Amino acid sequence: MNAATAEVSGMRATFLRILVRLRRLFSRLPLHFVLIAIALLWMTPTIGLLVSSFRPATEVSSTGWWNAFQTPFRFTLDNYSTVISQNGMGRSFLNSLIITIPGTVIPILVASFAGFAFAWMKFPGRNLLFIFLVALIVVPIQATLIPVLRFLADAKLVGTFPGIWLAHTAYGLPFAIFLLTSFFGSLPKELLESAYLDGASNMRVFFRLVLPLSVPAIASLAIFQFLWVWNDLLVALVYLQTPSKAPMTLTISNLVSSFGTQWQLLTAAAFISMILPLIVFFALQRYFVEGITAGAVKG
Amino acid sequence: MRDDRRLSVWSRLVGRIEIRWRGSNSRGRLSPWLWLLPAFAFVSVFLIYPVIATVRLSFMNAHSTAYVGFDNYKYIFTNRITQDVLLNNVLWILLFTLLVLGLGLLFAILTGRVRYEAVAKAVIFIPMAISFVAASVIWRFMYSYKPAGFDQVGLVNEIATKVGLQPTAWLVEQAVPYTNQTLPSPFHTNNVAIILVGVWMWTGFAMVVLSAGLKGLSTEVLEAARVDGASEWQVVRRIILPMLAPTIAVVATTLVIQALKIFDIVWVMTSGNFDTDVIATMMYKQMFNYQDFGKAGALAVILLLAIIPIMFITIRRVRVQGGGG
Repeated sequence: MNAATAEVSGMRATFLRILVRLRRLFSRLPLHFVLIAIALLWMTPTIGLLVSSFRPATEVSSTGWWNAFQTPFRFTLDNYSTVISQNGMGRSFLNSLIITIPGTVIPILVASFAGFAFAWMKFPGRNLLFIFLVALIVVPIQATLIPVLRFLADAKLVGTFPGIWLAHTAYGLPFAIFLLTSFFGSLPKELLESAYLDGASNMRVFFRLVLPLSVPAIASLAIFQFLWVWNDLLVALVYLQTPSKAPMTLTISNLVSSFGTQWQLLTAAAFISMILPLIVFFALQRYFVEGITAGAVKG
Repeated sequence: MRDDRRLSVWSRLVGRIEIRWRGSNSRGRLSPWLWLLPAFAFVSVFLIYPVIATVRLSFMNAHSTAYVGFDNYKYIFTNRITQDVLLNNVLWILLFTLLVLGLGLLFAILTGRVRYEAVAKAVIFIPMAISFVAASVIWRFMYSYKPAGFDQVGLVNEIATKVGLQPTAWLVEQAVPYTNQTLPSPFHTNNVAIILVGVWMWTGFAMVVLSAGLKGLSTEVLEAARVDGASEWQVVRRIILPMLAPTIAVVATTLVIQALKIFDIVWVMTSGNFDTDVIATMMYKQMFNYQDFGKAGALAVILLLAIIPIMFITIRRVRVQGGGG
């Protein structure tokens, strides 16, 4: 075999390799095509919302948002300033934060106390109690609305932030306890035992050992609970009632009834309510997906 | 979504719950109860007692002053309007669950075969992050209607008119599109239009969970089948589907619960007008518009009774796999 034939066979091999690759690409073209179509289909409604929220009112009501990309470009921030200052979305954004932060922190704290007891302490009826609590995960909120509303009314808590904090805490507990108990239970036994041998109290073990070791589970849970409260409409609708304390979901729902076709306002308002969940999604994708999927069964 | 195998939290819920009860180190008999006290106080006041009280209310009149036996239930199951409400939830359960499962499985299989899997999945999962309220605004806009001859601002009607069809008020229309035929309740166009919003939101959830399940399947079995000349369709039908059955069951359970409780989407899309009410929206109306706590309570109990079987499945799963004695 001389140098020339070696070179030819080398070239043939390269050529064949490219051919195989091309064939593979072509045979997979339909797959790529279908996937890209699906992705576009899934994104388009949100893009329409985003584009419309930046278009002037006259444009939004007269032409479709897909016309926005033709010259002359007419985009504006007016819709945002209007919904924030005149339609109460600024106040509602704050309200959503005021409702959601305690509505996330309190249930996680209370649930981690209970989870610690369930995972690391022995007491009669432990399993039965735990199963009973887990079963409460799927109890629909609807089955509690009337009595809780009456109770909150008696306690003068209807239309107050503490009232809705308490409600969200209770509704979030069963799932939070379930998740934290199973996570706490999977911590290394030896570590906790040696801490106890060193004379550490339950409190110390809990705050110094269990909580710091459980950051991943708590992060997923926190994201889930945060989004659940942030995106909630029903609890706010029934227990808050006061417009000045309404979270964004409630304000938007009211805007829809009063300005049903003023799309420039509705789209801007909806997008403001989406910003924080979207940031959380892109920044903490893994915890986010874990939290959401694990909690999806919740009532 | 970069690493689906990290769905550890979910997998714990699905089946590998390993709560190893331990704790020879209890400090006194009172201690565990002190740790449990706050949780049980909350749960008792806001969940356990209210459920019992709601059951009681459902057997009383509108103002909860006298017992009326099963009258509220009789009313709900015999009155035309409330019958349609129940049927609407049946349609939700069927259509929502089947579409989300089908599309979720399809997307899980398809995205698993390309290198840009993470991006494709993220795009489909995003609607899960936003509120039902925001999603409803998005889709009210998509479905928005102007009479023929005007420029459409809603994309769905724009496409319809572009291909030569009449624009349709999707959230009002009950007849089958482009015919005058109206199918019996709940098979109405507007119901389907609203359910599709739910499908758009939840498909990402089914896709992510099923995709994690797919990755757990043995690649050797799949490869062996392919080497033996099985078509892709056969691989999916004969191997993937049976092996994924437990995961599919879990996802289906979740979706059925969601379909039963659905409130926000219907509330924002139509407020339940044009015969689109579901149990949860009708319950709200009975509470606040008609001030009838008896019927509202009965509707809530019906919802609860529909969910209880699912609750038992959940308990059994924890019992069987939890290993607690």
